[in-house]
Amino acid sequence: MPRLAAAARAAAALLLFAVPSAHAQEPVAVPPLTSPVTDVAGVLTPDQSAALDAKLRAFEQAKGSQVAVLVVPTTQPEEIEQYAIRVAEAWKLGREGVDDGALLLVAVQDRRVRIEVGYGLEGALPDATANRIIDEVIVPAFRGGDYYAGISTGVDRMLRVIEGEPLPEPERRSPAEGVPGLFQLLPFLFVLALFGGSIFRRMFGRVGGAFATGGAVGLLTWLLVGILGLALGAAIVAFIFALLGGIGGGGGGPGHGGWYSRRHGSGWGHPGGFGGGFGGGRGGFGGGWSGGGGGFGGGGASGSW
Amino acid sequence: MRVVRVALLAVASLFLSACGYNTLQVQDEAVKSAWAEVVNQYQRRADLIPNLVNTVKGFAAQEQAVLVGVTEARAKATQIQVNADDPESLKQFQAAQGEVSSALSRLMVVVERYPELKSDQNFRDLQAQLEGTENRITVARNRYIQAVQDFNITVRRFPTNLTAMIFGYKVKPNFTVENEAAIAKPPTVDFSAPTPAPAPQAAPEPAPAPAGN
Repeated sequence: MPRLAAAARAAAALLLFAVPSAHAQEPVAVPPLTSPVTDVAGVLTPDQSAALDAKLRAFEQAKGSQVAVLVVPTTQPEEIEQYAIRVAEAWKLGREGVDDGALLLVAVQDRRVRIEVGYGLEGALPDATANRIIDEVIVPAFRGGDYYAGISTGVDRMLRVIEGEPLPEPERRSPAEGVPGLFQLLPFLFVLALFGGSIFRRMFGRVGGAFATGGAVGLLTWLLVGILGLALGAAIVAFIFALLGGIGGGGGGPGHGGWYSRRHGSGWGHPGGFGGGFGGGRGGFGGGWSGGGGGFGGGGASGSW
Repeated sequence: MRVVRVALLAVASLFLSACGYNTLQVQDEAVKSAWAEVVNQYQRRADLIPNLVNTVKGFAAQEQAVLVGVTEARAKATQIQVNADDPESLKQFQAAQGEVSSALSRLMVVVERYPELKSDQNFRDLQAQLEGTENRITVARNRYIQAVQDFNITVRRFPTNLTAMIFGYKVKPNFTVENEAAIAKPPTVDFSAPTPAPAPQAAPEPAPAPAGN
């Protein structure tokens, strides 16, 4: 019993220690990741941001690696290393399993810069290389007050070394590029055709039900994707499907159900593909951007100017 | 009769998953892998040291005392067979690694007196690797501390503490606060190393500012 009490006291003491030190001075919050370039400090002009943004999105599409830039006024009370790993853990840059993300973090008032490297890029961008990029390219430009030049040429050097690394191919998104979301919609439409088809059939008979199903699927596709030709195609497929589904009877149901869940399952298995793919596909329109689930272990280098 | 037995079995299996047995398994494994990463990163640092010592020797052979100090601290640290579940063993391991850290920081202070060494590209690369590794150690340690904390909470909290008792899971020792301070300090000095620091013991933040002007 006294041991239990002692343990409880120790735990309480631990809590007391942990809480005030964490809240003594609020640590800088990690900004949400919506684009490869996040300039909280406002040292980049919109044009400069957009140019970097486009470069990094294009690189992700070509190579699959996610490189992001974050500019903050300060990381105090934390060291830049502590803040960088927090950002990396929150943003999860890089593909899941490949861990090919990297972060260029600049703390303007602290005059500190850090390149944080994901596990998968530690071979291409080892600490020594990251340090050279900071020393040779970024710091000289920052000393001259040119933040954009430093960040831009630093990013170029980072991309060049990552380029040389044999990484898994980026997921081919060419079919989804023109019609973002269609492939995510497919399983849903499929189920709709299946269940809607059987309900409509009860209501309107086989042919009438098939027409109704086709119409509903077509309308939904048109509303969600916004391409008329595609919606018509989907409607026709759904129509034929509903028509044949009636003949197939009960046997077809469970089998198709299995296909659906498999597809669905594979979709969830790659959160990286979802986030990255969606953002990548809409890159030209400045759409959202999110990390793909990459892991970081504190590799990289820091510098000051 | 059979129905009752099946129902009892179902209830028992439900209870088993609710009593935290699986949680204990998962968290125990998480602690193990977090510890493996800690050891891995300390090993990485130990592997860097001979190269670093040799490079420094090429420019500052007269700094025998400091160089020998680093080599000896490294030898001592790599000899230790650590068992993370044993508080004594963990303490020893921490103390030995802490000594390596302080020996390395003494070395980095000495290095400040040798401008040619500091501008040597090979040395700069090694220094960057050492800093990166110190940071990896910090990250791995923090993750280990968190993993042990999660595990210990499960072991202590009702009702999972009963399961832990039955299966013999005990609270694991964690990196302690004093050691935290002792080990966390030297790397902070190391991080200030890439830019010329006027005072060897100066805090890393203010030091670069005058140098940058």
